[in-house]
Formats: sequence, structure tokens, C-alpha cells
Amino acid sequence: MTRIWKHRLFWPSAALLVLITINSIARPRFLTITMRDGDLYGALIDILRNSAPLMLVALGMTLVIATRGIDLSVGAVMAVSGAVALTVIDGSPDPGNLGTVLVAIGFAVLVALVLGAWNGFLVAALGIQPIIATLVLMLAGRGVALLITGGFITTVNSAPFSYIASGYLLVLPFAVFVSAAAIALIAVVERRTALGVLTEAVGINPEASRLAGVRSRSIVWGAYIVSGTLAGVAGIIYASNIRAADANSAGWLIELYAILAVVLGGTSLAGGKFSIAGTVLGVLIIQTLEATILFLGVPSAQSPVFFAIVVIAVVMVQSPWVRGGLSKLTRSRRPQAVAEPERTKVAA
Amino acid sequence: MTMLVDTEVPPIVEMRGITIQFPGVLALDHVDFLLRPGEVHAIMGENGAGKSTLIKALTGVYSVDSGTMTVAGVKRTFASTADAQDAGIATVYQEVNLCPNLTVGENVMLGHVPRRGGTIDWRATHAEATRHLHSLGLTIDPRSLLSAHSIAIQQLVAISRAMVLQAKVLVLDEPTSSLDRDEVEQLFGVIRELRATGVAIIFISHFLDQVYEISDRITVLRNGALVGEHRTAELPRDTLVTEMIGRELDDLTALSGTAHRLIDRTGEPVLRAEGIGKRGVLEPADLDVYPGEVVGLAGLLGSGRTELVRLLYGADRPDAGHVTVHGAPAKLTSPRHAIDHRISFSSEDRRGEGIVADLTVAENIVLGIQARRGWTRKIRKSEQDALVAEYIEALGVRPANPDAVVGNLSGGNQQKVLLARWLATAPELLVLDEPTRGIDVGAKADIQRKVAELSARGLSVIFISSELEEVLRLAQRIAVLRDRRKIGELDSADVDLDGLIDYLANEHEGSVA
Repeated sequence: MTRIWKHRLFWPSAALLVLITINSIARPRFLTITMRDGDLYGALIDILRNSAPLMLVALGMTLVIATRGIDLSVGAVMAVSGAVALTVIDGSPDPGNLGTVLVAIGFAVLVALVLGAWNGFLVAALGIQPIIATLVLMLAGRGVALLITGGFITTVNSAPFSYIASGYLLVLPFAVFVSAAAIALIAVVERRTALGVLTEAVGINPEASRLAGVRSRSIVWGAYIVSGTLAGVAGIIYASNIRAADANSAGWLIELYAILAVVLGGTSLAGGKFSIAGTVLGVLIIQTLEATILFLGVPSAQSPVFFAIVVIAVVMVQSPWVRGGLSKLTRSRRPQAVAEPERTKVAA
Repeated sequence: MTMLVDTEVPPIVEMRGITIQFPGVLALDHVDFLLRPGEVHAIMGENGAGKSTLIKALTGVYSVDSGTMTVAGVKRTFASTADAQDAGIATVYQEVNLCPNLTVGENVMLGHVPRRGGTIDWRATHAEATRHLHSLGLTIDPRSLLSAHSIAIQQLVAISRAMVLQAKVLVLDEPTSSLDRDEVEQLFGVIRELRATGVAIIFISHFLDQVYEISDRITVLRNGALVGEHRTAELPRDTLVTEMIGRELDDLTALSGTAHRLIDRTGEPVLRAEGIGKRGVLEPADLDVYPGEVVGLAGLLGSGRTELVRLLYGADRPDAGHVTVHGAPAKLTSPRHAIDHRISFSSEDRRGEGIVADLTVAENIVLGIQARRGWTRKIRKSEQDALVAEYIEALGVRPANPDAVVGNLSGGNQQKVLLARWLATAPELLVLDEPTRGIDVGAKADIQRKVAELSARGLSVIFISSELEEVLRLAQRIAVLRDRRKIGELDSADVDLDGLIDYLANEHEGSVA
């Protein structure tokens, strides 16, 4: 008997497959991908493209969670990053110029990196609890974004900037390449170097890691910098999609969806072992679920309930309690050997 | 100081045949314990002896598997700590469990505040709190915030609170571990007051001097079993220590040659610490370790032996003294720095500070090397496999599977994995804190043999163990600590087990050699 269902990624994969199956039954065209003018279109392509911001944020969140932390500020960082990018483009004489857009992106990502470093400073250097440390920026960030845009929703008309979210490269949307590049980069950096295993060691047992000589402070700090930077890129994609910097709605609640994606992917909120592939699956589950809700015509007022039911189901099948029950059902009951306790008598 | 207690007084607490079984461990094995009114009764024993388990049975934290418990003549089974409190048993823990953000008076009277017309009568509350504090000889403003006071005062407030609850039994678990000398005296004053009023006090402490100063009677536990109950005045210190530690019959006499190996102490020591100490943790101490030498640290738990090596390793920061490595001054302010100076430290807390439980044997073994190399230079798979295979073989790790998750290994094998981690970093000085605690006899022997073998090849070792035979067997020189102070150094050629026990139990100045 193969124990495929015991694999870490079995349940997230199964959940995604079930969602896709339901969709393709309800909507036969769901799996259809058509070629128009050399570009691919279809529901699956949309899911991949729309998932880009959440994908980036969730990848960063995975690393932060692996260090026993959490980053609540990612949504606010997205708002700041979008505001910076659009303000640069808006203030330039030639918004349509590729150079202008590149400078804007550079500035925005740099600011996001600094914000990530700020979070890392609070957590790693000052030892503030991650949930509190990142709450600071979560609350303040959107205010900063509003300050940058002067309180308005800055809109721009810049072809190179719009390309990021809506353009095509070869046959796929450009945003899909951004996602894929981020996944590949994180996977290579974490798994080809020792960063991944050192991060896990710090997350599992910080004190043992410190005594083993691991620079745990730098590792934790780095995780927040990566998270901030990726959130910055996500903010640019979001702003490009709506061609505007909307400080109030950019990345709204994305921190919670990102945490959800990480957990759906099988990484424990307690820190330690993490799975990049799991997080990717988690993001795709969430994005497919949103598409499903939209398509099934669930009234928008009820859609969070529907969402919650599915999420609870997926999280429950992954819980040790349910797993224990499942393995009891599948295993033939055999008498349990009771170990005789070792009784060491010491003469009085 | 000792007050003789009339044995004919009926006991306030009588525990008979108390047995508590945890998964895989028999924590208490038919232990009897008698506590009489108006006595201070110390419970002594090394780590894992069952002191805390016994206290937790008495205070309703654990339920007992078998045995009977009688409090004030009534047979009791406690389902919760509240049950025990109702029966008049109060506990003051090491870390005070009061509300630091409330006032002293509120803390003392919490749950018993006088009311008037449905609201709290603050004036009466504070008056009554003051009365209770005064009865213990304390003059503390009941309106001051609890958190504004030192731990010592907070403990005394906790005791006052126990008196409001009219406790007949007061359990003091390591009450003096973070107090200085004056504070201890103040606490002892309060204890004596209470004893005079007939309260029975259970006193748990690692400080021998304090136990002898305050207690009337001593119960000794070892490995979950009762060893004996004595009047303090009739119990010589070395008998007590022998009872606590026990004597182990072993087949390792062959190793005792290690202890008599001659060490060349003419050159530079690998490590020289001068006046290293930290306020409230360890009085300044000196220590030298020469190449190829095994220096044993002997002392009871809490004597400062772990504290000393943690200061040397930079796991804790010393506030006094300095260290030289091979004659050159070294700032060992973090484990990182110590490792860079080729010093490795294996903590006594294997689970909490040693293994990374969810990682594999291989990942745990290479963690030390990988940390030294930094994250960018990952150790190559082939190199890692060879290294891990070599250490699994050399130390006899079972199962011999590099991909096994370390958390699932037995204690002895986890210890071997840790030893492998440190040896792989090629240290010049290896600090082993209780490397043989809680592991089976075979693994114990393996680890001692390895230490003897490595030191013969030039590795310097600081070896800490509660089992003095181990220290005597492996170390050429033994530094003795008591009550957070290094009290002397012995050449192990000049001392046997009885001599060492006598030395670490009794007051000595200078050397007995």
C-alpha cells in the first residue's frame, strides 16, 4: 500500500483538485484555454494571473512564520509601495517612458525593503513580539501611503506600468512570470543554500540554535526584509492592475489570506518546518475558491461564509486529530502492547 | 537554631505509598511523607528525584495513581489546586504568581476584600492587609504597586496572602533562588514567625547551608523513591549528600586511568578565566584549562557549576572578570564568539537547549558546522553524508539512520547526536554539562569512553556531572562549587569519593589536599 495520503502536500493538492473538478463540472468551459493573437486566455490563466500579489506576499509570510513570527504589515506595505510608484510616475514629465516606470518600481521596492527592515529591527533587535511589532506598521502604513499621495487616489496612464499586471510576455500574462520568478528565487535561495534549514532550526528551537552558533538574529531580520520586499512588488502589481494608488483598498486583508495560504500549505504557525510548494498550493486554493464563489453566484454577502466553510474543511482534514481518526479507520486494529514501566528501586 | 519537634504531635499531612506514573517514567514510587505542625521540613534530592512531583501531588496539580493522603486527620483526594487550597495548603512558587499590576494590599486580600454596601471597602482592605503584613514583621505600604517591589518582597507578600487564606501548610518551592543574603534573612525571619504559630512549612532549596539553617527535619528522595527522613540536627552533611546522589556500581573502572594522566601545565592554558562572575548568579571565580586536560566541575544542582560554564561560553553575559584563550584576551560575549575561539558547549537541557527536535539526525549533526560557515556556504551533500556516517559510526548512534527525526530518538542517542555536532566543529575546548543525565547505562559508558579517548588525543574538556564517580573517573582536576561560589580545586589523585563529598558538603576554606 502506498502511503501517498501521508505526504505533506497530499491534502492541499487534493483540495485544489476537488475545487477544480467542481468548477469544471459546473462550468465545462472552466478548463478550456484558448489562443487569441498568440496569447493564452481562460479561467485557469486568470487564476494564475490574479494570484500574483497573494503569491508574493504568501511566500514572504512563509519565511516569517517559519521563524515563529508573523507579518501583519504586508497589506500596508503594498499600499505604501503602490503610492510611491504612482507618485514618482505621476510627478514625472513623461509617464509613458519605460525608464520612468523602472525608476518608480525601484523606489517603491526600496521603500518596501526599508519597511521590512524596520519590522525586522523591532522583532530581531528589540525583541518585540512579532504580532505587535508588525501591527505598528499595519496601522501606520496606510496613513503613510495617504500622506505620499496627498490624500488622493493617484491615477496614471502609463503603458509600461499597466503592462506589469495586464501585459503578456510570450504566451502568458507577465504577472505569472513575476510569480514564477519569486517562487523559483525563494526556493533556490532557501533550499540550495543552508538558509532554509537554519531558518527551520531557529523556528523550531531558538535557544538551541543560538547556542549552536546560528546567527538567529540576522536570519529573523532577513525574513522580515524578504517579506517586506515581496509585499512591495505585490503592491506594484496591484497598483498596475487598477492603474491607481488606492491607499485604503490596496492589499486590504491580504495579510490574513497570506497566513491562510501558508497554513493551508501545511506550514505550522508555531514555526519551524516550512514548505514553499505547500504555500504555492495554498495560494492557488484560495484564488480558485474565490473564482468559484464568483462563478457559482454566491451572493456577495454570503460569500465569506462559503469561503470559511471550505477553509475549515481543508484545515480540518490536515489536523492531527482527524488524521489520527483516519489512520485508525484504515489500520486493522491490533492489540496494543503495554510497555512495562521500568521500576528502579533504590535501597533506602 | 534548630527547634526540636515533638514527634507525638499528630501530623498535619500524612502521605502514604504515593505513586505517580508518567509515560515511561515512574515519577514517584510508594513514597511516604509526614509533615507535623510547627516544623520546617526540607525535601532534598537532585533533579528528577521527585521533589516537585511530590509537591504537585500535595497541592493538587497531579493526581496520584495510588497511595493515600491525609490532611488534618481527613482523608483527601485533590482533583485540583483549588481543592488543596480549601484544605489549607498554600504554595509560594519560585516565580511569584500574584498580580504585579495590583497593589500590595489588593494582592494580599484578593478574593477576601471587605465589602460595605456592595462595594469594596478600600479603607478596611488596606487596614486588614497592613495587619497581616505586620503580623509577619513587614512594613510595606499596602497602597504601593506590587511590581514596584523586589522579588523578595513579592514573595513575602505571597506568604502574607497564604496567611489570609489561613493556610495550615505552606509550601516554599526554591524561595531563595533569586534572593540576596539580607533578603534570605528576612524570609527566614518570617518563616520562624510562622513556625512559632504552628504553621507547617515545606522548604525546598538547593542551598545546603540554608537548609541546615532553617529546617527541623529533612526528607531525602532519589529517583522517585524515599531514601530517608531525618532530624536535621542528627544528619551530617556528607550523609545527606551521599543519600541524595547515591553510589553507582559500574564497570568503568578501566577508565580511571584517565584521571591520573599527567597534564603538562607549564604552557599557556587553552582557556583562562579570571574573576569571571555575574551579580546574583555567580561570585567571581577563576578557572584554567590546559591542553588535553579534563577539568571536572563538582557541586550540587544550583551550586553555580552550570552558571560558570554558561558565562564562559557567552550564553549568559558576565559582568565581571576576563577570559584569555591561548594567552590572548578574548571577549566571549555570545556563543558565536566562543565557537570562533573553538570552544563548544553542550547544555544540560538537552531538549530545551540542545537538539532541534523536528530536524533529522544529519541536520542536527551538521548544524554547528553550518552555523560556523554561514548560510551561503551550504555544506555539500556528499561531504555531509560522509561526515554524518562517520559520527554515527564512531559514537554508535541508534538508529543509525541519518534521516531519522531527532525528537524520536532516546535521550542517550540524542546526547550522542549533540556530541557529534560539537566534535564535528573540531573544538579545542569542549564543555559538557551533564552529558550523561537521564540516559541509559550503555550510552553513559559510551560517552565517558569518548571523552577519555578525545582528551588523550589533546582535546580539553570541562566536564560537569551530578554523578561524582564520573567526575572522579574522567577529570584530572576538579573545581568544587557550592552556593554559587567556587570553593576550591582538588587534584583527583589526592581525593576519593568520600573526600569529595565531604569537601562539597562541609565548610572549608582553601584546599584539603
